[in-house]
Amino acid sequence: METSPHPPIASRWAPPSPASGRGATAKSLAAQALILASILITFAYLGRNMLLNMARLNVHAGFAFFARPAGFEISQHLIPYAGGSSYLAAFLVALINTLVLALIAILLTTPLGFAIGLARLSRNRLLAAVAGAYIDIVRNVPFLLQLFFWYFAVLGALPLPRQSLGLFGLFFLNKRGLQVPAAGIGPGFWPVLLLLAVGLALALLVARHARRAGTRHAASYWLLALLCLLLPPLVGWLGAGAPLALDRPVLEGFNFSGGLVLIPEFVAMVVALTLYNAAFIGELVRGGVLSVPRGVVEAGRALGLGSNRVNREIVVPLALRVILPPLGGQYIQLLKSTSLGAAIAYPELMQVFAGTTLNQTGQPIEIMAVTMATYLLICLAIAGSVNLVNRRVQLVER
Amino acid sequence: MSLHTAALLPPPQASRLQSFLKSTISSPSNALTSLVILAFIAATLPGFIRWSLIDAVWSGGSGKACSGIDAACWLFVRLRLDQILYGLYPAPERWRVDLAGAIGLAGLALLMMRGLKYKIWIAAALLLAYPVAAGILLCGGVVGLAPVPTRLWGGLMLTAVVAAWTIATSIPLGLLLALARRSAMPVLSWAATGFIEVMRGLPLIGVLFLAIVMFPFFMPPGTEIDKLLRALLAFTLFDAAILAEVFRGGLQAVPREQREAGLGLGLKGWQVMLLVVIPQAVTNALPGIVNVCIVIVKETVVVLIVGLFDFLGIIQNGIIDPEWLVGDQVRATAYLFAGLVFWSLCFSISRYSAHIERRLSLGRQA
Repeated sequence: METSPHPPIASRWAPPSPASGRGATAKSLAAQALILASILITFAYLGRNMLLNMARLNVHAGFAFFARPAGFEISQHLIPYAGGSSYLAAFLVALINTLVLALIAILLTTPLGFAIGLARLSRNRLLAAVAGAYIDIVRNVPFLLQLFFWYFAVLGALPLPRQSLGLFGLFFLNKRGLQVPAAGIGPGFWPVLLLLAVGLALALLVARHARRAGTRHAASYWLLALLCLLLPPLVGWLGAGAPLALDRPVLEGFNFSGGLVLIPEFVAMVVALTLYNAAFIGELVRGGVLSVPRGVVEAGRALGLGSNRVNREIVVPLALRVILPPLGGQYIQLLKSTSLGAAIAYPELMQVFAGTTLNQTGQPIEIMAVTMATYLLICLAIAGSVNLVNRRVQLVER
Repeated sequence: MSLHTAALLPPPQASRLQSFLKSTISSPSNALTSLVILAFIAATLPGFIRWSLIDAVWSGGSGKACSGIDAACWLFVRLRLDQILYGLYPAPERWRVDLAGAIGLAGLALLMMRGLKYKIWIAAALLLAYPVAAGILLCGGVVGLAPVPTRLWGGLMLTAVVAAWTIATSIPLGLLLALARRSAMPVLSWAATGFIEVMRGLPLIGVLFLAIVMFPFFMPPGTEIDKLLRALLAFTLFDAAILAEVFRGGLQAVPREQREAGLGLGLKGWQVMLLVVIPQAVTNALPGIVNVCIVIVKETVVVLIVGLFDFLGIIQNGIIDPEWLVGDQVRATAYLFAGLVFWSLCFSISRYSAHIERRLSLGRQA
């Protein structure tokens, strides 16, 4: 918002109306007091009703239920969990399931969305038309319907494990889900991870130095950073006798052993979230690229830059600044729509906590409050980190 | 390319088809890309057409007719059309749904006609009188109409009710919230900001669960509130918060001078707001409002999670009916049909909105 150098005309020229001056302040204060009072009275009324209802239904308030054993199984847990674990453990398992799903979907949908957005802008009009058709179809069909399609119609129609669809002998898709190779962790694994962290720190140091040096020797700095990143863990890995090996899924009898099983609910959620959000990100990317003023691009060409350098050094940075804020908004949308996993029983926060746990404990107020607060906090965290990145890349206007 | 902008451009030198073809083979990599796309289309399209149209089952008496045929089972849609449209609404009373729908559609059609006078009155009637009339028609219980409890509502009719209710209630509430957020009174502005930001940080199902589970707790003991009404309330609050941000953008885009000019003409503060600022803000926000309307139409399907049988819910319910457990093709056909219905609805709204936007921007340039 720009600030006008002049005071508002109304206050300079208009004759003092009866609503201005001290009368207005008093009136505004009175109105605000009234609003505050009505908000408070509403809350008090709702609270009173709540207490009455709780007394009537014999509900004991409090968060003590968190320590009690949950007694239900969760089909996907990334931390140790069994039926005897506490409700707190169930909550954490569900929260991790939500976050992992959102993270993987974001990592997949972002490049796909960029590819679709750029294809939409392609000079090849057949490619542009195909991308446009994809965007128009996907954006105008409800997400839940797409999720049902992938879960019930596509994954539900898959063969049994013995007739799995295989890919390179590493990935197998069947009714039970997607079998993928897992990284088997040997005894010397953790020191290697430590060395990876050391390598990352070194690479960041090089990057900092490179920024100070400007664009000269950019290629050699890249190479140096890459070496710093990869060399220490690689040496450590070999030195420890290669403790990280691939654990491949193998068909034994009627089922697979080894590897990692991604449950069908998870696969369907990832596919649906990725394809749906990519269409929206594609439109954001298109808008961002189109927002770059023609004159700037032409100025770059006039300076003798090739079309690759014009794209890399002029179009991409300017377009990214436009794309970034709405991209953060799209990530928040994606996170919120993971809650629709409840419809296909993917064990995420809404399904496990606001569904199963609520039904079992009969403490809706505490559980809804915790669930909603968790979603709010995650959304705030995403918005905050996008703002942080945004502030670093935005042009500083002087 | 639209007709409007094409009219402003100089006449093209080559025909559209020629330039299209040229663009697809302008370089070796382009030609390769085009070839891959064409190969993909050639590999999938004939099979899809055969599956969905030529080999498809169109007639028969029951689900058995589709059994064992690996092609679309349109029979499912045909035999269940009544349920898909009306849910469990009693058959002798369905004319009431038809009538309510017809009046609503006629009103919308009148609004879309160009150059019609008294549009503002039609809009007012559609926003104020129509909901009451439609409510009486659908619920019954007065003027000799038999009461129909909402648990019998379903199908496309329920989807239309949820969408229409949400759009009609959240637009005025959203505008009020946006005005409150921009108010000079801090208490009002904080309250509105708090509500909007909390609502926007929650997933829709969260708000829906909140309404379904918690609402009874906050009411005086012993009050029973209809489940559908609770769900509708959740939709109103959720989308009002989203629309409030759209309206806020529209309000911010109204130049300050407009307000000052209004005050300079001697209008009172509320008159300036009502006659000068809000009309322009709504015009500014129109594309955003239509976008939210499309989102609302799409998100109505979420009600199936709380056990209401909307359009998708009734289809989902039909698929698991033992009569139709004859193969995966029934499911695929049902989702294809649901997708086509939603797509044509949302796509036409978005096309219409783009058309309006172009007209408005042309009007502003002139």
